[in-house]
Formats: sequence, structure tokens, C-alpha cells
Amino acid sequence: MITSPDLVAFTKEDDFGDSYTELDSLPDEFSVPLFSHDENKNPWSKTSFAKFTKDFILISEFSEQVGPQPLLTIPEDPRTCGSFDLNYFSLRIMSVDYQASFVGHPPGCGYPKLNFVEDSKVVLGDSKEGAFAYVHHLTLYDLEARGFVRPFCMAYISADEHKIMGQFLELSSEFSKASECLKTGNRKAFANELEKKLKDLEYTRTVLHKETELQKKANGCYSTQAIEKANELANVEKSIYEHKDLLKQITSYPNRKIKDPEFLPYEPDNLFNSAGLDQDQMPNSFNTDDPPEDSSYVRRPSYTPQFIKAKSAKCFDKRLKTLEELCDVYFFNQTMEQLAQIEKMFRGDLIYISTNQIFGALLKKQKITNFLFEDYEDHRDEVERDEYCQKQNPCSAAEPALSEPVSIEDYTSCVETVPIKLDQEITDEELQEAEHTESSPCDVTRDNSEEAIDVDIKGSISSGDSIEVLGTEKSFLTQGNLIKSESQPTLLSPNSETLRKKAVSKRTNSEDSIEVLSTTESHLPEDLRATYPSAIHEEETYLDDSEDQMYKQALTELGREAGPEVQDIELFNPQETTEVDSACCMGQEGLVFEEAMPELAQECSDNGVINVAPQSCRQGDQALHVDFSLDDTSYAPTEGSPGVLISYDLNSSLLPEELSRLNTDDISDSNSFMSASTSSDRTSSPFLEGNPITERHKKKAGQSALRFIRQYPFAQQAIYSLLSGRTLIVLGADEGMVRKLVNALSIFLPNLGKYGEIIKPWLTSPFQITDLQNWKLIGLHRVASPMGSSLLYSLNRYSRYISILDADHKTLRCPPYRGTFVSKLADHRTQIKRGSTYFMHIQGMLTQLSSTVFLYTFCHYLHLPISCDEEESLVVQRRMEFLHVLGFTNEDIRIIEFLAELLKQHYLQGPGRGAAPPIFRFDYTSSFLYKI
Amino acid sequence: MLRWLLGGREAQGPAEKTSLLFIGEEQPKNCYTELQVLKGHFDIVRFLVQIDDFRFASADDDGLVFVWNIQTGERLHELRGHTQQITAITGFKMKTADIWCSMILTASSDRTISLWDVDNGNRVHTVSELQSSVKCLLALERLDLWLSGGNDLCVWNRNFELLCKMEPFTDAGITTFIELPKNCIVAAVDKELIIYRLTLSTCDEQKWDIQEIRRLRDHQDNIRALINVNDWAFASGSHIGEVIIWDSLSWMIIANTRVFAETANANEQPEIKITPFKQQEMSIQHLASDGEYVVAAVGNGIYLYNLLTRNVTAYKKNAHDSNVLQILKFSEKHLISCSEDGSVRMWELQDLPLAAEPASSGFFGMWGFGRPTKPTSQHLKKTPESAPQRTLELMGDLIGHSGAVQMFLYFKDNGLVTCSADNLIILWKDGARESRLRSIALFQKLEQNSRM
Repeated sequence: MITSPDLVAFTKEDDFGDSYTELDSLPDEFSVPLFSHDENKNPWSKTSFAKFTKDFILISEFSEQVGPQPLLTIPEDPRTCGSFDLNYFSLRIMSVDYQASFVGHPPGCGYPKLNFVEDSKVVLGDSKEGAFAYVHHLTLYDLEARGFVRPFCMAYISADEHKIMGQFLELSSEFSKASECLKTGNRKAFANELEKKLKDLEYTRTVLHKETELQKKANGCYSTQAIEKANELANVEKSIYEHKDLLKQITSYPNRKIKDPEFLPYEPDNLFNSAGLDQDQMPNSFNTDDPPEDSSYVRRPSYTPQFIKAKSAKCFDKRLKTLEELCDVYFFNQTMEQLAQIEKMFRGDLIYISTNQIFGALLKKQKITNFLFEDYEDHRDEVERDEYCQKQNPCSAAEPALSEPVSIEDYTSCVETVPIKLDQEITDEELQEAEHTESSPCDVTRDNSEEAIDVDIKGSISSGDSIEVLGTEKSFLTQGNLIKSESQPTLLSPNSETLRKKAVSKRTNSEDSIEVLSTTESHLPEDLRATYPSAIHEEETYLDDSEDQMYKQALTELGREAGPEVQDIELFNPQETTEVDSACCMGQEGLVFEEAMPELAQECSDNGVINVAPQSCRQGDQALHVDFSLDDTSYAPTEGSPGVLISYDLNSSLLPEELSRLNTDDISDSNSFMSASTSSDRTSSPFLEGNPITERHKKKAGQSALRFIRQYPFAQQAIYSLLSGRTLIVLGADEGMVRKLVNALSIFLPNLGKYGEIIKPWLTSPFQITDLQNWKLIGLHRVASPMGSSLLYSLNRYSRYISILDADHKTLRCPPYRGTFVSKLADHRTQIKRGSTYFMHIQGMLTQLSSTVFLYTFCHYLHLPISCDEEESLVVQRRMEFLHVLGFTNEDIRIIEFLAELLKQHYLQGPGRGAAPPIFRFDYTSSFLYKI
Repeated sequence: MLRWLLGGREAQGPAEKTSLLFIGEEQPKNCYTELQVLKGHFDIVRFLVQIDDFRFASADDDGLVFVWNIQTGERLHELRGHTQQITAITGFKMKTADIWCSMILTASSDRTISLWDVDNGNRVHTVSELQSSVKCLLALERLDLWLSGGNDLCVWNRNFELLCKMEPFTDAGITTFIELPKNCIVAAVDKELIIYRLTLSTCDEQKWDIQEIRRLRDHQDNIRALINVNDWAFASGSHIGEVIIWDSLSWMIIANTRVFAETANANEQPEIKITPFKQQEMSIQHLASDGEYVVAAVGNGIYLYNLLTRNVTAYKKNAHDSNVLQILKFSEKHLISCSEDGSVRMWELQDLPLAAEPASSGFFGMWGFGRPTKPTSQHLKKTPESAPQRTLELMGDLIGHSGAVQMFLYFKDNGLVTCSADNLIILWKDGARESRLRSIALFQKLEQNSRM
């Protein structure tokens, strides 16, 4: 953990009341009025004037019968939105649909044409309500709907404007995925519907045909009835053609999104789950006349065609399809899951989310050392995904919103809607603009779209004085394009791009009722330049393997100062990089640390990220490289610093549900840990074999670890064993207690693996040398039986490879530890009270350690002779000097050496073990027995 | 450096005081600080054979033979074909079209012998339906022949054609044989050593004949070990502890002595005297030689016999807790032994008097200079003439196997391979060297990546 999201300034005064008593003696004019926390404990929270307590997702529809209406919220709990007026807000958000959601007869085309439009994404602010929303508009097809379309929108509503703005691209990409899922389901359902309709029509045609013949025979060819019937027949025929055409359009929709690695609607395991769900929900969600259609598995019962009356029933008493029906239950559920996921993902304070993102971005930089102490799952998946993205879409990997449009037409329609929909007074410039892109459907919109929609929009715009359009996807996208315009093969030339932008901003100024807060100019310098170029470049650097990335980043850093263009050029200049590379790897006499340090720092620091959160990152970096002598003071989160404690407490009010849950876990955890010696609770073991180890597991383990280091004076020796790769065996009769100890110690283990495969929490059989190789932390059952004696025999036999922690007698047999690193890591006098805080502390220390290990491992002259005739002993001496300068002495060196070996192996073999059997390293050192 | 020396002295301490050897966990002279466990066998791994500098083969009681790479620990080939336990295995280099091919000959209880190509893992030849199972194999690369020994002695050429055959033995078979100069073979059969000579038959150029020349009946019990000492001598050891050194050309006895039993008795510890000497404890399990010394594994102990001075230079009676199965003198001063007790121990030959001088021995003894003469002469006076002048000190032990260590192979810098009854093979490596090698590999990979 490089940055800890818990370091927020403290406001609570319980623990520190004493130290601030002199505040009272200050004159009144200097004293700051205390924040009244009767209503709200979080002074920064803006929810105080919002009517809802936490963020939620709202799905609304523009119903053709009743207008904008909210459909559902995620989470569904009605308390989430409190007294917030969903209807009103739906009206607001639906009124700014910039989409060209048009289906109809384009001029020159006989048949209705479906437009596969891109979704539009807008940020809205309602300052009256204190609500800000990311709004994602999409249209779904419905045969019975007017113009075959049903406009929907999904909105992420938050009280924090900065959160929405800061997370815009993330929100956009996540919602795009969800929307794509919905639309896929919808296309499927629409195609089914069309097929049915076609069957109906054909049936109708045959019936009509027969009737016409009958009429002709009965009344003659030119009787009114016969003509009527013939007309009717012709209408049906036309209708058949139209529907066939629609079907062709919908089925030929290029399924390009399927290629997107992030979009996988047909996941087999999910499919099973939701198929099960479907079965459950079937009775509720379907009407009896509507045959249940399960997406892919259940074969539809054969459909019996119905006769269609000549006059289509466009009445208001008609029941509109629900969203579930529109989208196919499977896809609907899938989307709901995704949305729930999104809600979880963006839960919490902006600082929390963004530090996590920074953390993730930094982790990606360190993929060489990540395996040592970081959460395995996260970074690996991300790295893979990024690499995949690079292959698929090398230019726009950072911007999922900017997926390639199907056709120019679609793209322009998407872009051009802004001038059209907002227009009250269209300037000549804009008209030119509109003409600029020929066959732009905006003309069409004006001509053909139904009056009602337009009226609605106009109405809401004029009335919505409190609505502010904070930003549209266009403004973001164009900014992105501007920055990397050299590498981005956009369909539009940069010129037209800028032209259009001007148009946008100009018009918005003239509009009095709507304030578009974000224009290109205002956004470019701060937010986007800060966040996005970095994201882009970071991924571009990933094109190259491993090491070079750090040198390249060094160059990027340089380039950034010079300007974006330079940076791009430099980044891809191979000569440059190799030069730097060799400069670093070349052995040089004397102390080269001063030179090596900045490189490491660059590897750790992310240029762009620093701009986003300057304090946290910079501090971390300084701790990492400036003060390599490991002064106590250089650690930002050292034990005993009161801010850490309090701020964490504060944080719990920021993230109420998640943290309170965590707290109770902590408490129960510690309680059971305390009572473990007397009672045997086997149920509450937090560590489960075979499950991936997550951050939460580790945080929980932090509490146990804290207890461990407080309770056992020899905790440092035990931790040293773990860090130096010596298998630690926790011996005990009581399984619950042993498991607790194993869990507590697990957070110190390097190279834990995704599922913690190097931990064996409970072993009841004797072990072999191969087990010691695979497991670095073993909980061993002490039994008084023949089995027990053979256990003891193996303990005795392999005693040179293991450290034994006797949980029953509270003794530890292990090599002595005389270094300094672990004493900082596990100080039994630590002031840290909270397990997760302690875990952060450990993570910080271990990250620092692994960067040292990285430096140590990749310094050429530390391992290989500089000249051919140099003796090995000189190299060893140099190595020792190096570590000594970094402040590692005695046994600390063993830790570094062990981790360096792990790093080498990992680098050479990759994460998989390869064909070669694993290597087991050990030392011949004598052990001592420690007692409490 | 100082620590190394101090450690050396510490390690010496307990060994001197007690008869039961315990070196402790601090072993600064033990360079094997890294191991790899090679899994794959499902039965006792009984044989290891070196193929070249980086390859070796292992054979188990299931009839499986694996070829391994010592550097990486990878399994290169699996030689499957035998249905029962492997009884003998030997490397066999064949010259085909000016290229030496590495082959392996294996004999199994299923009464087949196979020839394997190590490079591709193919079975090149096989012969089955033998009358009895073969107990030993001997490759004569010089003559492009190989011999199989069991109840009968057969001579084969490289194409698996039987060239000639000796009459079967009625009561016992050949347990082992070695090659002697002048196309002679000496085979151990029960208590006898039989000398055979291979001759090219006069009529046919390709035809070889084998004749029995002489029987040496000087051993009083079953011969357990038979080795070539150097060009002019070979040695044999029997079950009751006799070791006879023979002249390779004249087949005369150079030295016939039950030295080990005698010296052992002379210097025995009081508590061992009480218990009667068991046959097993004197049995010569294994002999090894570096030309100058013959090292013998006698029961639990190891003995070093100097050929020139014709006496035991050094010995360790209870070198292991159980029978020593193999022993090797791999350098001027160092020995390795493995035992049924599951451990491998490394020994260092030290000059004896130094042990009596704890104050100075640590420093000067190891460097071999500045030895104080006075105490040495005093000490020598006390000791009888026949007593060894040097002592074997435990340098380190390798613990990893949970069964008897059947055999080991010493690969110099590449490490040590041990096989055991626990179905495992362990590669023991010098941790510092491996670490350096990995660093080299790491920087090579870095360079490649930067070039790409």
C-alpha cells in the first residue's frame, strides 16, 4: 500500500482533548467555532443539504404515456433516496437527452430506419436539491413504442459534485458496459418481437388474401369492400417489408462490442445463476399472454400467429413493456448485477476512491515486485486487461467511451445532437456546422420526429433553471483527442473538432436557462491534463516489457515538463531508453546510490498521479527514496502518530456501512482471539483455504497481528522467520487458536499467492521436506498419539529449516533476530489501535522493503564483478556495504537476500512455477528458544 | 571470515566430546544452502547414474527411469518400458559417425535389458526372455562391448548381439564386476573373485571369446564391494570387514587386512566394548578410492586407508546412526557419505593433534601452517604406532530425506544429487553460486528485453 486512504485530517476530539485544552484560553476572535456534529459527523460531507444519505443509481424512462418516470433505484432500499424527489429528478435528467434517438423514415428512404446510436453521457447538477448526477442516456427498441424507441437513462446520483466530475471517465466506462449489456438483450428481444410480428403479418396477409378473394367473388372486383380489402392487404404487405427490413437491420447490427474484452454477456457461470433466477422470477415478470423467452437455453414454444387488425392500437390504455421484457430477463439481471457492482465500486468518499485508484495505478507500475506483498488478484487482472486492451485497441485503451463508431453517420449523429437539441436560436455557424456533416440525422430529427418529445424537452429546459449541465461526453472526448491527437486516428480532423467545440461553448453562453459548467478550456488544464494523459501514457509504456518501463517513465517525467508532444516522442525513442538502461546497469565504482535512487523513485511515482493528489504521493515518495537511511521520522505513518488513529475513526463516518461492518468484524475477531485459549470456536476462522485472499481478509488479519505483537514479546523473531523464508510452524492443540495465529501472521508472508497457497492453516499429519518447500506458514496439530510422535519426529528432524511457535506453551524456537527493520514493523509498544490501520502500516513498510529489494536485485554491480578479474569477495563486500548504507544490518540482510531471490526467480520464470521444481533456500543457523 | 573460522571451531566442539555425532544447526562450511526436490518416482529410488556434466538418470523399484537436468531440475525424459524393479544401470557411450552418443543400459527383474538414447528418450534396443535377471552391467566402451552379470556372464556388442557366454553358476551369481587391464574382468561371486579374459577369436574378427583365468579364494565371507583403485591395483571388501588390495596385473595380494576391525577395537570407546561386535557393523558396504586412499564404508563408520603407508589414516567409527551406503572422497580433504539413517554427511580430514590444542587449533590447523611441534610430538608418543594420524571432522550434514539415502552423485560445482527410499531425489546446491547464476540470468534477460 503506497498511499493510505485513511490519512484524512482528524476532527474528533475524544483522544486528544487534553492536549488542546489551551484552545479555550485563546481570545474569542482567534478561536474557531467548533463544528456542530449533531446532524452530521462529517464536516466535508455535502449530504447535509441533499435529501439522500448516500449515492445511488437511478434508472428512469421517458414514457410516452406519462412522461419521465423513475423506474428503479440501486440499491433498492427506499431509505437510500430518503425524501429526495425521484420523479422530479427524473424529469430533470430525462430532459437533457442529447441523443439522436430517432427512428423513422429518413428522406429518400421508403422504410423506417433504425439508428444504432451511441449513448450520451452528461453530468448534471441540481444545486437546489444538492444532487449531482452522471446521466447515461440510452435508447431501447420496442416495436410497440412510438418510433420504435424507448428512451431510458441511468443516473449515478451523488451529493458530491467533485466525485462525479473526478470519476467521470470511470463512471462512463462502467455505465457503458451496463448499457451495452442492456442493449444487447434489447436487440435480441426486439428481433424476437419482430419475428413474431412478421409471422402475425404473414398470417394476416394470408387471411386477408383469402377474404379479398372471397369479396371479389361475392361482390365483384370493384366493390368498395373489395377495394378496402385490397388496400388493407397492400398495407400489410408494406408492413411486412418494413418489418423485414427492420429485422435485417437489427440482426445485422455489428456485434463489435463482443470483441471488447470487458464486455462478456455470455459468461457461462453467470448464465447458470441467472438462468436459475429467471426460473424464479418468471411468474412475476411475464404476463400470461407473453410466452416466456429465456435468452439462449430454453427453446421458445412455437408461436401461433395472430390476426392483426388493420388499425394498430396506438392508444394510451396499451400497456408498455417493462424494462425486463424489453431486455430479456437474463440480460436485465446481468445489468442489474453490473449496476450493483458499480454502486459498490463508487461507494464512499471521493478521496477514498481516488486514492484507491492512485494506489492501483501505482501498483501497475511495480509489477515486478508486486507479487511479494501486494494483493495478488487486483493488479494481475488489471495488467492482463491492459495488455489485452493494448492489443485490441492500442490508441484509445484509456478511453472506453471512445469506442470506434459504427459509421461516420452514427458518430456525427452522436456528436451533433448537442447543437440541435439545445437550439433555441441557431446561429449561422452552427447551421454550417450541421451541413458540414452531410446526411446528419439532425435535419431529420427536426423534420420528422414527433412533436411531443420536442415540446417536452423545450418545456423542461425553460423551466429547469436550477439545472446545470456540468459536462458532456463530447467535451471530455475532445479534450482527450486534443491531447493525444498525434496518435489518435479520429474520424474527424482536428480542425473540425475545434470548430465544433467553439460552437458548443458559444451557444451555451447564449443560453440563459442552462449553464454548461464545463467547457474545453476550463477542463483541460486542471482535471484532464492531470488525470488522463497519465493514464494514457502509463498504458502506453506497458507496451514494453517490465524494466524499461521505469526508464521510460523517467523520460516521460522529463517529457512532461517539456510538453505533451515532446513526451510522446521521447517515449517511443528506443535509443534513448537503451542508453539510460545501460547507464543504470553498468557497474560503477563507489556509491552509485544517489543515481540509482531517482530511478527507483520514478518507478514508484506516477507523474500524472502526483498532480492529482500531491500530498499523499509526494510524501510516500520521499519516504521511499530521499530518506533511504530509514530514519524513524521519514515514515509518514509511523506508529504513535496520532493522526492516523483518529482519522481512521473519522473515516468510519465517511463510509458508514462498509467500515462499521469491518469494525464489528474486528471486534469479534479480537474477542475470539482473546478467548481462543479457553474456548474453541472453530467457526469464526477468517481464513478459508481455496478462496482468494482479499484486502478485507488482510485487514481483518491486521487486528489479530496487532494482538500478536502485543501479546508475544518474540513476535519480531517470528516475523523475521516469515520474511526470511523460513517456514514457521504454529503448534497447538486447539485448532481455533492455531488458525487465528496463522491468520494473524499471514500478512507478513511474502509471495502469498492468490489463494494463499503457501499457507497451511491446519495440518494433522507429519510433513516432509516438500511440504516445507510449498508452505511457509503451517498450523500443526499437537496430539498425544502415535501420529503425534511422528509429527514431533518430523519437527525434530527438519528443525533446521523451521521455526516453531508453540501456541500452548507460548514459546518460539527460531534463529535470533538482531536487525532493525522488523522492530519497526512490529513494535509491541505501537500506538496503533486499529487492525486495519496497522495493516496499512505493515503494507507501507513492506512496500518500502520491496522497493529496496528491487533496487538491490537490479543493481548490476552488486551481483556481478565490474571487471573480469575482480574477485567474488569484493562483490560480496560491495553488496554488504550497499545494504549497510541503506540501514540494513545483521539479519535484515537475510530478509533482503531472500526477497531478492524470490524476485529473481519470479522475473526469470514468470508467475508460474514453470517446468522446474521450486527452489528451497535455507541457512545453517542455530536456533534459540524464546519464552514469554 | 572470522565468523567462518569461529564457526568452524564451534562445530568441532560437540563432535569431540561425544561419540554420538551432532553438528548442530550452525554449519558455516556447509555450502549446500539450496535444494530442489525432484518428484516423480513412486517407489524407492535405488540408482543414480551420471550421463554428462549436467545430466543424470535415476532408476526406481517400479522400473521407471528418469533423465534429469541438474542445473534446472527439469525432468528431461521418462524412460518407460521395464515392468519390474531396475537391478542395474550404467551409462554407455557409443560412437556413431564420429559423434559420441550418450546411452543408458538398464537391467530389470523382468529379465530384460534395454538400451536407451538419453538425448531423445527412445529405447534403442531391448533384449528380453533372459534366463535370469541381471545383477550387474559393465560397459566396455573401449571395445564397444558390454557385459551383463547375474547367474551367468554374457558379452554383448552394441547391437545387442550375444557374443559369448559363460556357463551359469550353480549356487550364486555374479554380484559385481570390474574391468582390469589387458582385457581382463574380475567378477565377485560369493566369496571368490574370478578373473576372466576377453580374447578376439582367431577365426572371426568380430567374435570375442571369454575365458576364466583364475579364481582368487582369499576372502572368508561374501564379497560386498569391488573397485578399481588405480591402474595397478584393485580392492575388494567382504562382509566381515576384510579389505584386500590386489595387484591388477599379477592378481597378487598387495595388502590383506582386517584393519578396520582391529583399529576399531583398539580405539573403541568403553561403552561400545560392552556390546559384542555385530557382523553387520563390520560389513564393507562400499569402497571408494581416489588412487591414493581407499575409503571404506564399514557398518556405521567410515575408514580412510592409505595405500602408500598401508595403514588407516583416519576413521570415524560412528559416522552415521545407521549403515553407511555410499562414500566418496571428492577432494584432497573432503569426503561425503550417505546412510540408511537418511542423512548425508560431509567430512573434512584434519590433522589429529590439533584437536588436542583447542586454543590454537582453530586458527592454525585450518591453514596448515605454524603447527606447534612440541605438543604434537608429545601427543604422538602417547598414541600407538598403528593409530591414525589424522581425524575426520564433520563439516556439515544434509537433512531432507525421510528414508534411507541409497546413493548420491557428486557434480562438483553443480551440486549433489541424492536419492532415497522415500521416492524423492534431492538436488543440493551451493546457494551463493545459484544466486549468482540467477543474477547473471536476470541481467541477460534484462538486456534482451531492452533490445526488443
